[in-house]
Amino acid sequence: MFSDGAAGPVCFPDSTEHVQAIMGVAARFDRAVLARGAGSGLSGGAAPLGDPIVVSTTRMNRVLEVDVEDRTAWVQPGVINLDLTRQVTPLGLHFAPDPSSQQVCTIGGNVANNSGGPHCLAYGVTSAHVLAVEVVLSTGEAVVLGGLDAEPFGYDLRGAFVGSEGMFGIATKIAVRLTPNPESVKTLLLAFDKVADAAATVGAVIASGLVPAAVEMMDKRCVAAVEDFVHAGYPREAAAVLLIELDGLRRGVEADTAKVAEIGRANGGTVRVAADEQERALLWKGRKSAFGAVARVAPDYYLHDTVVPRSKLVEVLEAVYEIVDRHDLTAVNVFHAGDGNLHPLMAYDSREPGVNERVAAAGREILEVSLAVGGVLSGEHGIGVEKRDFMEYQFTRADLEAQALLRRSFDPHCRLNQGKVLPSAHSCADIASLSASKADGVWG
Amino acid sequence: MIAPPVIDDAALLAFAAEIGSTGPVMVRGGGTRWHVGGAPHSDSREVRAPTGIVEYRPEEMTVCVRAGTTVAELHAVLAEHGQRTALPDGSVPGGSPDSTVGGTIAVGRSPVTRLGDGHIRDAVLQLHYVAADGQLVTAGGPTVKNVTGFDMCRVLVGSLGTLGCIGDAILRTRPKPEHEQWARLDDAEPEAVLNTAKTATAVLWDGSVVWARLCGHHVDVEDDLVRLPASCEVPPPDLPPFRWSRRPKDLHRLPNETGRFMAEIGVGVVHCERPDPDPLPVPAGVAALNRRVRDLFDPDRRFNPGRSVERL
Repeated sequence: MFSDGAAGPVCFPDSTEHVQAIMGVAARFDRAVLARGAGSGLSGGAAPLGDPIVVSTTRMNRVLEVDVEDRTAWVQPGVINLDLTRQVTPLGLHFAPDPSSQQVCTIGGNVANNSGGPHCLAYGVTSAHVLAVEVVLSTGEAVVLGGLDAEPFGYDLRGAFVGSEGMFGIATKIAVRLTPNPESVKTLLLAFDKVADAAATVGAVIASGLVPAAVEMMDKRCVAAVEDFVHAGYPREAAAVLLIELDGLRRGVEADTAKVAEIGRANGGTVRVAADEQERALLWKGRKSAFGAVARVAPDYYLHDTVVPRSKLVEVLEAVYEIVDRHDLTAVNVFHAGDGNLHPLMAYDSREPGVNERVAAAGREILEVSLAVGGVLSGEHGIGVEKRDFMEYQFTRADLEAQALLRRSFDPHCRLNQGKVLPSAHSCADIASLSASKADGVWG
Repeated sequence: MIAPPVIDDAALLAFAAEIGSTGPVMVRGGGTRWHVGGAPHSDSREVRAPTGIVEYRPEEMTVCVRAGTTVAELHAVLAEHGQRTALPDGSVPGGSPDSTVGGTIAVGRSPVTRLGDGHIRDAVLQLHYVAADGQLVTAGGPTVKNVTGFDMCRVLVGSLGTLGCIGDAILRTRPKPEHEQWARLDDAEPEAVLNTAKTATAVLWDGSVVWARLCGHHVDVEDDLVRLPASCEVPPPDLPPFRWSRRPKDLHRLPNETGRFMAEIGVGVVHCERPDPDPLPVPAGVAALNRRVRDLFDPDRRFNPGRSVERL
């Protein structure tokens, strides 16, 4: 496990003014500041490096205003993702980004990481659902980026802020878009004897002109772990299963369901359509519990996150199995197949001597394979400290310098969340000392 | 060690060389949106982005296109595979057949179909642009999902070419709907249409008449037409040239002296005959942050001098 982190003073503000006051103190004493939500991120983005002042948003957990007419809500950053959806369910609305951690992760964290989730295939990631953010800058000044009007002034600094991993400012209020619940939802479970057939089905579904709400894939080992844990009725004998969800209007969804079933069967799959909401919920519980279920395989895991072109899924999956086997680890695959977002998971026991190094080496090889086929380092977990030193795999010096410029526009002294995202050569000079914090830990 | 992809497109390299690292430069696309943010000073050197589709991957639902290509040309090629993008071509109200991909992204104004198709910024996956020092920079990445590094593309969409000159773009494509049509509803409540017409990707209102663009499965559009009050298939309405930015719920509170208008219900853009007399005030802190971004990206104000996001 990563063990270099150390927190300075930990603050629990409950208002914008508190955060401004903390930032003022930090500026006066030239101290680094780190914002932290639930701490459920998977790239170490909220891990303190170099004893910064830690600003925990756990007390800023109120839904401030729900506007039914405009389908928006102002929330504090510490509001838990699923809590917001639960609160607006009686209004027929929900918050569309649905990371697997939605029971614990905060909306402030979702904004910092531009989080995704299974249903982002059709609905888009967090950025598409954030209209405005009140941000406290490192100067202590509070500004509202974006707005509730259609075309807010200036550059899209709201868009720049979303996904900035806490390095541009601290979000103190977030205006989110709420999405009407669909009239009709159908969930299909498709089982295949070969992973390649499942992948071919994904390609054929997308090519047919359908945009499903979600297309998730789980391999045999994942199904076994999930079945032992949730008993959702997933077929253990299958090499791979797909969970495909279609939503929209009743008659259109019926037609699309028939089309997906036909494509699945044509590719050698067996098809089951969830008969009712209860069965549907159980299937999703299986999918969303997958990472927890892996505890039955081994006590620790390292969950990876890369994106590859959909047409390269099979090739990259085969490479992942080969890499993980070669390093004598156990691979479990459960991922967002519809957008090519792979989540290879390596299960292991950290008490075993030398295993951390093997996990790190395998992780690096998975990155290399993903980038070699035209993929990217991260689809939804972010860079944090985990992938900071791999940024030069994907970006040139000029690319990284441009990203550093954007950061310095917001935070000229680079006081916020030091040592993340940008390799040290592209960070402010005053944090060069942090480059000693190597990113070769193992993240679980 | 894996190295980042090398930009080897000769057209892009020539574009960067032409822009160079010194002197004022204005980038001309289709010239259809000069009124947004003001035309650049005429004494700056004029450059045009390269044209052509670099790579279309219908199965990935992505296309890489050079910025000087018109959206209309791009959509003609995508149509062969039953796809298009959220960018406006000449077929939507307010769109022009001459608008280029680069110009549309730089101006950042979504068409009236934003209600259903989303903001055009969400269709931009990757941009290659020429920075003020003449270097080619990659913003974003080629895949449909990506959070690697900061979201540079968002800052460039709507930047009016003041931060960098866009050379090419990888865009998200979408399947064309099975059926689409405009319907006209006289004396309808616009919000009622918005809530009833589940297939609507645009709902426009001029104060008395509502136009809805219905898209989707044939059967779903049929159901909508049954639910809606008397309507008929019509051509879409014309749009007045200026845009006012409002909250969707404020569209009922437009001043009496607005004149002829066309409001995008559920979105908040109001198309009017004259500029907004009452735009929202810009807080000093936000204006300063905008200026700082421009100062750092283009310290000498090389790009499109005279044009500014502060003058919209």
